[in-house]
Amino acid sequence: MSEAANMNGSGEVLLEVRDLKMHFPVTRGILIQRQVGSIRAVDGLDFDLIKGETLGLVGESGCGKSTTGRAILQLHRPTAGSVRFEGVELTETSGPDLRQMRRRMQMIFQDPYASLNPRMTVGSIVGEPLDVHQLGNSKTDRQERVRELLEIVGLNPYFVNRYPHEFSGGQRQRIGVARALAVNPSFIVCDEPISALDVSIQAQVINLLEDLQRELQLTYLFIAHDLSVVRHISDRIAVMYLGKIVELAERTELYENPRHPYTEALLSAVPVPDPVVEAKRQRIILEGDVPNPASPPTGCNFSTRCPKAMDRCFQEEPEFRDVGDGHYAACFLNEE
Amino acid sequence: MSKTLLNVRDLETKFFTQDGVVHAVNGISYHVDEGETVAIVGESGSGKSVGVMSLIRLIASPPGKIVNGSVVFDGQELMDLAEEDLRHIRGNRIAMIFQDPMTSLNPVLTIGRQITESLELHMSMNRSQSRERAIELLELVGIPAAANRLDDYPHQFSGGMRQRVMIAMGLSCNPQLLIADEPTTALDVTIQAQIIDLVDRLRKELGMAIIWITHDLGVVAGMAERVIVMYSGFIIEAATVNDLYAQPHHPYTLGLLRSIPRLDEAHKERLVPIDGLPPDLLDEPSHCPFAPRCEFVIEKCWQENPPLETVADDHLSACWRDISEIRLELDAGPAGGAA
Repeated sequence: MSEAANMNGSGEVLLEVRDLKMHFPVTRGILIQRQVGSIRAVDGLDFDLIKGETLGLVGESGCGKSTTGRAILQLHRPTAGSVRFEGVELTETSGPDLRQMRRRMQMIFQDPYASLNPRMTVGSIVGEPLDVHQLGNSKTDRQERVRELLEIVGLNPYFVNRYPHEFSGGQRQRIGVARALAVNPSFIVCDEPISALDVSIQAQVINLLEDLQRELQLTYLFIAHDLSVVRHISDRIAVMYLGKIVELAERTELYENPRHPYTEALLSAVPVPDPVVEAKRQRIILEGDVPNPASPPTGCNFSTRCPKAMDRCFQEEPEFRDVGDGHYAACFLNEE
Repeated sequence: MSKTLLNVRDLETKFFTQDGVVHAVNGISYHVDEGETVAIVGESGSGKSVGVMSLIRLIASPPGKIVNGSVVFDGQELMDLAEEDLRHIRGNRIAMIFQDPMTSLNPVLTIGRQITESLELHMSMNRSQSRERAIELLELVGIPAAANRLDDYPHQFSGGMRQRVMIAMGLSCNPQLLIADEPTTALDVTIQAQIIDLVDRLRKELGMAIIWITHDLGVVAGMAERVIVMYSGFIIEAATVNDLYAQPHHPYTLGLLRSIPRLDEAHKERLVPIDGLPPDLLDEPSHCPFAPRCEFVIEKCWQENPPLETVADDHLSACWRDISEIRLELDAGPAGGAA
């Protein structure tokens, strides 16, 4: 597992995640709190992010995809593992050094209604990161930069003195993007950036993110539950289930040649907007629900719902390994 | 052809608020046949939910008011019915399941109690009969160990299981029409697949008609027979599911289909978004509601709102432009090749 989940070593590695674990304690008692267990939200992830690529992270609610994004940015301090960004070990960095690193990595949030302070104007929202990182030297520099940022994301700079409630969902998400771009980051974690938006607006934001990536050479970790959107925007896709990555591959390879039964089921469950295709598709209906991450099953995490489970799957945990050409999967079926 | 179960004519619902009159539903007409699945598609604010809530007069009044229209269900006009009589139809012959199973179940009552309530009310069953039937229903919707789970509270169920409970409640009185308002939107895709599969199976077994409200064009493609597309409180296109996807006539439908990424797309193609913002429902509709965002807009679109007219067999569309011209423009225009 120490081997990098890298695409044949092409390109420069920007972010290296090794055996990342994020467990949240479950406590009991009021005065004396005893730890009675832990929620294994993220339980041992290995992957690399290549400079300039978009890695999609998909999975159902509760699988740990958002926690992964936050643990990488050190918004949650990981329980174990290593996160190296541009050669710096983030898990051992703190205080001003970490703040310095945060200039290089930013986040776009899911809910454009909750992630903007309703009492701040657009100008002060977008300008705040400049103040925090002392980037706007003079008042005019700062104003100039805020206007520029609004233009980059397709908002009229004339709006600087307006408040978030005066904007629609799509426009608010653009404000969130402008705020993330303010400090010139090289890496952005996009946490479900379009799932709160109307269908006709989603494409506008997807196109904006793609344009910005090309112009500013950004690297994205794109977290979403919608596989169609993830497949559209990503170069490579990682599929998560119950705190683990079960499969990671190039976008077309993953779709055409899935090597994990969960990926197969997930792909078959996504509806395609074409009645002719839909009529022909074979749907794999998974039984039951995702197990509780506080007490994951022994053996393979997916064994309780897997239509292809064998005896071995209930006892041993399959290794997340290369099954050919940078296609990684964790399933015993890939062993001859 | 099968018999018409529901016939809606010129239904118009407005909300009288402090900010002005919200034109939520602006005179929509459609019908649903017995045993048929009709999908109503639209974005938030398109009037799709208010439209079906108005059918059974579930509109908070004030501020809402059904100002015009006729709804004939199984030969009976619902708009003239006394509240008392309507209550015998609601939840009984027309059932509804809602989007959010977390908030539409009562958290302080056991699910058994919530299911048996309507059985005792509408079917005049006694305690033990209704309990028996509730277990049957929970088994029908695939809840394991149904008899033991009857005395559990909603928080003891997962999201998918709660939606199953909601469906069991909806089915409790053998409805002729089931209205499902975004029943899978709050669920994960693998759970969504379970629910769609379940509803479709139940429809075949029980022979009920379904109105399925959604914003997801993918879900519609897999399960509906006919599709109604709504925009700004108007029906702008209605067709059989195959026709709508293969031959969309309205620029909005066309735009929606081009703006969503498809799981089976071969190459990474740039999406074509619909420019602009959804309409403000406070404005009095005078021109075509889609005109401000439409790439094929002509002078006439700003003067008159186009009526919903037959453009092909079983296919209605509300647009002044001819679809063949639009297609020519699409092939030639910059929109197709824009990078």
